[in-house]
Amino acid sequence: MLLNQFLLLGAFLFAAGVYGVVTRRNSVLVLMSVELMLAAVNVNLVAFSAYLHTVAGQTFALFVLTIAAAEVGVGLAMILLIYRNLSSSDLDDVDVLKG
Amino acid sequence: MNWFDSWALTLVVFVPVVGMGIVLLLPREEEQAIKMTTLLATLVTFGFTIAVLCRYHYGANHPGLQFDVNKSWIDVINSRYHIGVNGISLPMLALSPFISLLCVVYSWNHFPDPHNPKAFLALLLLLETGMNGTFVAQDLILFFIFFELVLLPMFFMIGVWGGPNKEYASIKFFLFTMFGSALMLLSFLALYFKVDVTAVTHGAMHHTFDIPTLAKAHGQGLVHGTQLLIFGGLFIGFAIKVPMFPFHTWLPDAHTEAPTVGSVLLAAILLKLGTYGFILIALPILPEAARSWAPWIGLLAVIGIIYGALNCLAQKDMKRLIAFSSIAHMGFVMLGIATLTSFGINAAVFGMVAHGLITGMLFFVAGSVQHNFGTREMSRLGGLLLQAPKMGWILGFCVMASLGLPGLAGFWGEFPAILSAFQPAAPLSEAVFRTFMVVAAVGTVFAAGYLLYMLQRVAFGNVRDEFADAHIHDVNLTEWIAWTPMLVMILVLGIYPNLLFKVTDVAVHPMTVAIGHAINR
Amino acid sequence: MFFLDHAWLVPLIPAVSFVVILLFGKRFPKGGSEVGIVALFASWVLSCGAFYQWVQRVDDAGNAKGAAGTVKAFASSLKLAATSSGEHAAPVAPIVHSITWFQSGGIKFGAGIQIDGLAVMMMFVVTTISLLVHVYSTEYMRNDRRYTYFFAALSLFTASMLLLVVADNTLQLLVGWELVGLCSFMLIGHWWEEKPNSNAALKAFLTTRTGDIGLIIGVVMTFFIVGRATGTPSFNIVALNTAALSGKVSHLMLLVCACALMAAIVGKSGQFPLHTWLPDAMAGPTPVSALIHAATMVVAGVYLGARVYPVFFEGFSIGNGGVNLMAIIGGTTVIIGAALAFVQDDIKKVLAYSTISQLGYMVMGLGVGAWIAAIFHLFTHAFFKADLFLGAGSVSHSGSHHSFDMKEDMGGLRKFMPQTFATFVIGSLALAGIFPLAGFWSKDEILLTAGKSGYTFFMVVGLAGAFMTAAYMTRCIYLTFYGEYRGGDHVGAHPDEAEHLPVEDGLEAHAPHRPHESPPVITVPLWILSFFAVTAGLLNAEPFHIEKFKEWFEPRVAFPELVHPAFSWGAAGLSVAIAVLGIAVAYEYYWDRRGLRDLSSRNAAARAGKTFLVNKYYLDYLYTDVVVGSIKGPIANASYWVNQHVIDAVLNGVGRGSLGVARFTYDVLDQRGVDGIVNGLAVGTGDAGGAARAVETGRLQWYALLMFSAVTLFSVFLWIAH
Repeated sequence: MLLNQFLLLGAFLFAAGVYGVVTRRNSVLVLMSVELMLAAVNVNLVAFSAYLHTVAGQTFALFVLTIAAAEVGVGLAMILLIYRNLSSSDLDDVDVLKG
Repeated sequence: MNWFDSWALTLVVFVPVVGMGIVLLLPREEEQAIKMTTLLATLVTFGFTIAVLCRYHYGANHPGLQFDVNKSWIDVINSRYHIGVNGISLPMLALSPFISLLCVVYSWNHFPDPHNPKAFLALLLLLETGMNGTFVAQDLILFFIFFELVLLPMFFMIGVWGGPNKEYASIKFFLFTMFGSALMLLSFLALYFKVDVTAVTHGAMHHTFDIPTLAKAHGQGLVHGTQLLIFGGLFIGFAIKVPMFPFHTWLPDAHTEAPTVGSVLLAAILLKLGTYGFILIALPILPEAARSWAPWIGLLAVIGIIYGALNCLAQKDMKRLIAFSSIAHMGFVMLGIATLTSFGINAAVFGMVAHGLITGMLFFVAGSVQHNFGTREMSRLGGLLLQAPKMGWILGFCVMASLGLPGLAGFWGEFPAILSAFQPAAPLSEAVFRTFMVVAAVGTVFAAGYLLYMLQRVAFGNVRDEFADAHIHDVNLTEWIAWTPMLVMILVLGIYPNLLFKVTDVAVHPMTVAIGHAINR
Repeated sequence: MFFLDHAWLVPLIPAVSFVVILLFGKRFPKGGSEVGIVALFASWVLSCGAFYQWVQRVDDAGNAKGAAGTVKAFASSLKLAATSSGEHAAPVAPIVHSITWFQSGGIKFGAGIQIDGLAVMMMFVVTTISLLVHVYSTEYMRNDRRYTYFFAALSLFTASMLLLVVADNTLQLLVGWELVGLCSFMLIGHWWEEKPNSNAALKAFLTTRTGDIGLIIGVVMTFFIVGRATGTPSFNIVALNTAALSGKVSHLMLLVCACALMAAIVGKSGQFPLHTWLPDAMAGPTPVSALIHAATMVVAGVYLGARVYPVFFEGFSIGNGGVNLMAIIGGTTVIIGAALAFVQDDIKKVLAYSTISQLGYMVMGLGVGAWIAAIFHLFTHAFFKADLFLGAGSVSHSGSHHSFDMKEDMGGLRKFMPQTFATFVIGSLALAGIFPLAGFWSKDEILLTAGKSGYTFFMVVGLAGAFMTAAYMTRCIYLTFYGEYRGGDHVGAHPDEAEHLPVEDGLEAHAPHRPHESPPVITVPLWILSFFAVTAGLLNAEPFHIEKFKEWFEPRVAFPELVHPAFSWGAAGLSVAIAVLGIAVAYEYYWDRRGLRDLSSRNAAARAGKTFLVNKYYLDYLYTDVVVGSIKGPIANASYWVNQHVIDAVLNGVGRGSLGVARFTYDVLDQRGVDGIVNGLAVGTGDAGGAARAVETGRLQWYALLMFSAVTLFSVFLWIAH
């Protein structure tokens, strides 16, 4: 079995996610990019699990899926709040953490 | 040993903090109840202190610790709850609850803005616990904790109830002292790990934080260079608190901005934590390093005497002048300590108590002057003796005591210190210390100069037009209650200094003999 | 020996009186003055008792010695050769009692009394004059706004002075010394509402305190001197004197100690160059000037010198006739002080400079080995100078409307105040050293001993001083009591004192606005002091075979052998002649000039006549313009100029300089330098924080980018590391 293709796919997905997180201004898109990164992780986990003949990786992938779902829930709630307060979902407008 | 003897010191230390707990539980509006609780707590503490003074064995054959309690505390680092008093700490332990009580009385209707007696008195009680604890602690870690505990309430007292520049002053105070404490803690740890106490404890322990045990070891197992470094750490930690030139710049700012009671406690007790640390920890545990450091300590002490005095002469603010005078007076105390002789250290302990009483009183009066006139600018004041004659006379009395007039307490801190510098402990250079002696003697003239200058400006002369119609009240009842005991003590100690000397000498003399043996070993 | 053993009561009673007056004085009908007087009277009785018993003790010792006593009596009756006390006189040990004052370093320090001839004599002088001054002050200070306080301070002063006198150790002496300094400060600044008064008080305190640097060091050294000699350091005076004479202590140590103590004497006893405070101290009430700044406190320095005389004797090698610091300072002061007295308009300042000059005699006397003569002069001077000061006070109180200005507000007062005039003249004659008044005997003895011990130069200095003394006192009497009355019919010519009189009583007391004689409360003390001024000298009148003063008061334990020259009629004649000459010269100058000045103010012809007269009397010209004029004018003025512009300026300069230095250290070193470094550290920390702060933009994606970059960098690092 070839591992490399899966890893390349994972790397591509991850890189796309990072690009999205860093460059998109819309917060929903940023959230989706984060999901993309998590998906890339899942791909890697499953690929290694199959390669090494252990179920641990697939179990982790399940956990990641669960947490990703929860995270989307929380994330969307936050975005909603930001939108309510600032009437915008543009991340450039949110810099209250500035020191 | 009966019940009281084993619990007395613990009670003296922790009754105030219990009082603080009760004060915190009371609602903020119940000012009268809060004041009464605080007064009761300080009174009870002072009562226990009196009991300790009564039950203390003063004879020359009791040089060691009394009322000592030695219980296990933090076993993992061999730190124990070891408290006790000897002739050196007893006067300081007596002074601290005494001044605290009088401060509570004085605050009765003298709360500076933003008022809030609840917080103020709670902090005062916490401060008292820290001060009392420092004077009874016989374990380095315990000592350090109490030593640091004092910082916090004082920081808030200055920072919240202080003058216009309070933020700057309180932060400066805090940072300065913390810096010293860090080095001090480092030195404590070095003492723990480096001093070999196996011989002293007959193999029971190898490392300890116990101060009497460490003192018996005389720095065994340390090479001279290490001793010097450790002493250096202790020196900076204590010298900042004293404060010695050139570590003194926090003091004038802190005093100028602090509320009256804060200034009094700062001058009367907090500064003594530094000198007390020298006598309790630095000298007995590291005698050889003390010998090497002594000329330098003496040098900084006499520089402080002259330097403090010169700065006093340049002051326009009464309270700032008194603050600088503290630097000069503590110089005498440090000069006494630097000689490593019984005379010198006795003088130092006496000087600590005397300075506490006298400078404390001066700050009280300065506080009341400001309360009345709304200013402490000496160029604007004048004729205090006409407008408030009793306060004027009290100021004159304190000025005389402060400039070292014989017959009042201040003299017995200065003169024996000068005396001891004529002949310091054996290997120290006589020529160097005699030079210090002459400089210190010149310092007494400067002291007279700036203090009388202040007296003349504030008390003499005619009433200023600016305040001609002002309503100036003379010493009122709470002030009388708060001040009379201090004035009486200044006079009594001045006339019969043996009250203090016979207590301290019992502990000091064996200590200097032991240091002498260690140095000349 | 009740009175000798209980001499500690003598200082204690005024001390108690001080406390009583301070606390309850205002409740007494007479404002506390009666408490002070009663206490002083009790002290005075005890002092007299001690005096009597001491004389008895000396006599008993003499009798017990039997043969030796007879030999001594024989020798003293012959009076042929110089006798020395040590050989013949039986030793009379001082009475010493002490209690533990405090302990330090395992050594106990005592406080106690050492009663010997010197102490007994001083106790008598202090209590007598203090009692008289108390009585005098009840009138002089009447209606003063701080009447009660004044008496409290007087009591405290007397107690402190007596504490100093009876001290058995140098530390206790130092305590008394500083306390009298405090009282001096309080009383000079009694009217502290006016700035000049409080300035004078400060000047006095600080100048003497400058001398006290020496005292502190000297007293410390006495402690160790005893230690060197006996192994146990101590402040005890007898032990100190024994140690100094034992030869076990290095000469250098004694010399340094003597120099240090000398500095204290210079400060306290108004010696050149620290004498400038004493004239300013006249800002205080006149009774205070009489008690503190003439009779008692200022002689504390001389007393110290006499008390630990062996230290000076050995330290300065007085025995072998060498010129020493003590004699030089004393001699200089005699001349400097006397010269300045000529140019004063203020009667009290004349007396103050005179006091300086006379103190110079005492110090010089100690310096040339004339111990008994110096102490004798202290004894007599106390009486006649107190007499003069109180006389001056009487003049200002009843004659010149509280002014002390001789030229503006006095003149011709002898008609109005005959008793004050008489007592003042007696005091002046005694001061000038006219036979057989008190000053003659004591001054003559100092000069004689100086001559006999090989200090001829200082004898000449002393004679010159005697000449000047006689002259300036004549001038003072002329300006005050002769001529026309120059004071107007006004009240309050001198604001210092007049202001303190409430109007209603002031009117009653000064209703006629004319000079008048003072009431008996003032004149009786004057007459008592005049009596002493006449008779005190007879205690040691050698030509009449009386040498009681020496017999009673010279220590015979732990005391060096001193030369006692026999009385010489020739020397006595010379010194009296010089004094008379001084009076004559001054008389000539003032009495004549007065007439001429009156003439010249009348018309031009008279002015021409005056010129003619002056030209005719070339002797006059010589006396007035060259001799007296140069002394009175340029020399005295120069001396005064030096006094004001050099010495005073140096003192002021030092003060101003210290202020400058202080400003510099405060502004530059402290605030910018030391504080700057500390603030710099804090600012540096803050700046670093500020720089780091720029990174924190608060933007999510910036943080994410940072995080990813960090992870990438870290990965690269790991990869390379592997």
